[in-house]
Amino acid sequence: MIEVQNIQKSFGVHEVLKGIDAQFEQGKTNLIIGQSGSGKTVFLKCLVGLHEPDNGAILFNDRDTARMDQKERQLLRQEIGMVFQGSALFDSLTVEENVMFPLNMFTRMSFGEKKDRVDFCLNRVKLEGANKKYPAEISGGMMKRVAIARSIAMNPKYLFCDEPNSGLDPQTAVVIDNLVREITQEYGITTVINTHDMNSVMEIGDHIIFLKNGIKAWEGDRHEIIRSDQPDITEFVFTSELFKSIRKAQGGALGG
Amino acid sequence: MKRAFQKPGRSREYGKALAREIDYLGLDSVSIVGIISLFVGAVVTIQTALNLDDPFIPDYYIAIATRESIILEFSPTMVSLILAGKVGSNIASTLGTMRVSEQIDALEVMGVNSASYLVMPKVLASMLFNPILIMLSMGLGLLGGYIAGNLTGVISTPDYLLGIQLGFKPFYITYAMTKTVVFAFLITSISAYYGYTVKGGAVEVGTSSTRAVVSSSVAVIVANYFLTQILLGT
Repeated sequence: MIEVQNIQKSFGVHEVLKGIDAQFEQGKTNLIIGQSGSGKTVFLKCLVGLHEPDNGAILFNDRDTARMDQKERQLLRQEIGMVFQGSALFDSLTVEENVMFPLNMFTRMSFGEKKDRVDFCLNRVKLEGANKKYPAEISGGMMKRVAIARSIAMNPKYLFCDEPNSGLDPQTAVVIDNLVREITQEYGITTVINTHDMNSVMEIGDHIIFLKNGIKAWEGDRHEIIRSDQPDITEFVFTSELFKSIRKAQGGALGG
Repeated sequence: MKRAFQKPGRSREYGKALAREIDYLGLDSVSIVGIISLFVGAVVTIQTALNLDDPFIPDYYIAIATRESIILEFSPTMVSLILAGKVGSNIASTLGTMRVSEQIDALEVMGVNSASYLVMPKVLASMLFNPILIMLSMGLGLLGGYIAGNLTGVISTPDYLLGIQLGFKPFYITYAMTKTVVFAFLITSISAYYGYTVKGGAVEVGTSSTRAVVSSSVAVIVANYFLTQILLGT
């Protein structure tokens, strides 16, 4: 479980996160949603350690990151997998080498063991046979799947995804959503996903946090979000006719 | 910069990265260095012959002047400036692209010291391989002078061979190699700094690449003056 206590982050005079509390449970897909500029990316970067919060605490299974020394932080990072918005695959390495990279850096496995693990991860994301291809030779959806394979190579306890569906067609987006949810449940991972894809929210939102102007404006799950009357939520989620009709069908307040 | 020179985590992986950088930054530069050195050596010989066209000056002085020009200045300094353009822009644009495409963030999230993993092998590769490139440049520069002398007839083969050996000071090689290693460090570390710290997108990557080449070239020229003053000054 990840517990976030009152984290604040400013860049100069611009206050991006104004004190956010949250809990992300193990085995659930936790979604952070919000408009562009609401602080989602900064929040996620604080969680993975790419930004240092100005105030507050982040606890990974009761381990406070602020109290960790450099070695403890490095060990924690080996428990973290991350899927970046643009996949962030190393373009000079093949698919296989990308997935093997963390194993090379942090394990003492033999080459055969690493190869088996890579094949397992690539099979898990249904990418058999793409081992020798370079990132430039595969599609955006395949790149996302390679990124997921790389993120699970080290058997992470925590998985973070920054807009995993951005730039993907709806069909591939659903495949990625389902994959992330399956992996989360299968391995009991604590997954945090940053998204503004409403299909993802409705499909896999076990726990949803809505950020607005750097504060947590709403919290619930995908069933509750449909029925929510909070103006911020209705304004953000039910802008399209499709979602308005879904809400109507579910018996939500905004009948239209 | 401090993080770039911290103790590496997994030395075997850093060794592989070092070998890869020697290939990218060193071996890939052999042909350009070779071609330029061969032709500059030839031009220096012809120009020196024109300027020493005096019956009281022995012909082998042409070879002496060619040798000193190549060993003292052309190979270590001019070739380093060429490498500042080629290698410097390569390093800055590679690291800049990795930065804007979040590949550096990906390394950090994994727990890899990205500065050390990406920068240190480049710096070490250049410091180790550039002296070899410069030695090659010296040899090919002198060969270019020999070929030009023969083809144009400005100096005979015996005079040329005598000239390039006469009064040779081995310390000049030490001086040239010292400069080369310092220049390699300056070029790679300055270029890596500009690439690693890029913020923005494609335009900023291009700008950082240009700044890297300009700054490292200026650093080489300034360092050249001070090193010459220290090593050769009286």
